[in-house]
Amino acid sequence: MDIPYTVQPRPDTGLYNAKVGIWLFLASEVMLFGALFSSYILLRVGAPEGYWPRGWLNVPIGTVNTLVLITSSITTVMAWASLKMNQFGRFKVFHACTLLLAVTFVCIKSYEYHDKFTHYEITLKDGRFADGHIVSNDPKADHVVISGRYVQDRKDLFDLEVRKAPHHHEELTIPRSEIAKMERYGPWHHTYLAIYFTLTGLHALHVIGGAIVIGFLWGPGSKLWETDPERFTNRVEISGLFWHFVDLVWIFLFPVLYLI
Amino acid sequence: MTAHAQEDFAHHVRRYLYVFYALLFGTLVTVGASYIPFGNHAINIGVALAIACAKAFLVAGFFMHLISERKMIYGLLIFTACFFLGLMFLTLSAYGDFPRMTVTH
Repeated sequence: MDIPYTVQPRPDTGLYNAKVGIWLFLASEVMLFGALFSSYILLRVGAPEGYWPRGWLNVPIGTVNTLVLITSSITTVMAWASLKMNQFGRFKVFHACTLLLAVTFVCIKSYEYHDKFTHYEITLKDGRFADGHIVSNDPKADHVVISGRYVQDRKDLFDLEVRKAPHHHEELTIPRSEIAKMERYGPWHHTYLAIYFTLTGLHALHVIGGAIVIGFLWGPGSKLWETDPERFTNRVEISGLFWHFVDLVWIFLFPVLYLI
Repeated sequence: MTAHAQEDFAHHVRRYLYVFYALLFGTLVTVGASYIPFGNHAINIGVALAIACAKAFLVAGFFMHLISERKMIYGLLIFTACFFLGLMFLTLSAYGDFPRMTVTH
């Protein structure tokens, strides 16, 4: 038995099944990300004055990633438009671009995560703090080497605004005997990083999930074009709606996490 | 597809490109505005979010075709927006209850 309204719209709603389905799904996604954004607000306004980080993320890298995702949105919609104009070859090219851009986004995000996981805050026994990226952390050695700086007040580590006033970093050799605590910039380090990794991690999972679907429609799933082109075009539209939503979430994540 | 429909779609494609350029421009303006000292950081936050909302409108309106969608989708989204705003209202209404000193350790 055929499932009705996979291609033709229902007379009462004017929509085919999958379109109603994806919008219901996106509505639930709005609430999911909405809950996390409200957690961000709660954590941010709950932070004591001067202890909410500024300038911890690399703005040029975040900007490039934003441009990558926006470009992937236009290639997605152009892929769908190509099918509507009966140009399957163009669809293949545009969707291949979308896939490449999705992989680029995830690679850049991975680089950013790596940057955070190699960044350490070291509390010294004399009350000072050393902060920077690890150069050498051989467990057999009696010292660690970081590329960073010393500060007297921990508060100086929060409002970096590196892009406005760059800090001088140098290679510091710190004896282990002088270290009271050493912690990398993982989600456990600070509530800002906890919400940063949660929001961007969840978003990256959406990018990966969307890329898998787009990859399927670009590859084996594209055979449907030969037998049922309208249904295939609808599938591409649905995957595109999800992809645009992923772009839309990033449009808010970028200023919230990187700029303000 | 008829020639008329093809032409109609070519018009849509041009519109997608204009939206794309606007989104690129909006991104650069967002970054540029974050460097401007407005005197009050709240203004910087407001400007960044206003630009983000404008960009979101472009994506949702044109790429997701919300400006010419069916009534049922609008109904669904109005329902979602009410819940979303309710969620934000609950968060903000608890402003005085936020635990202080939550980020230092």
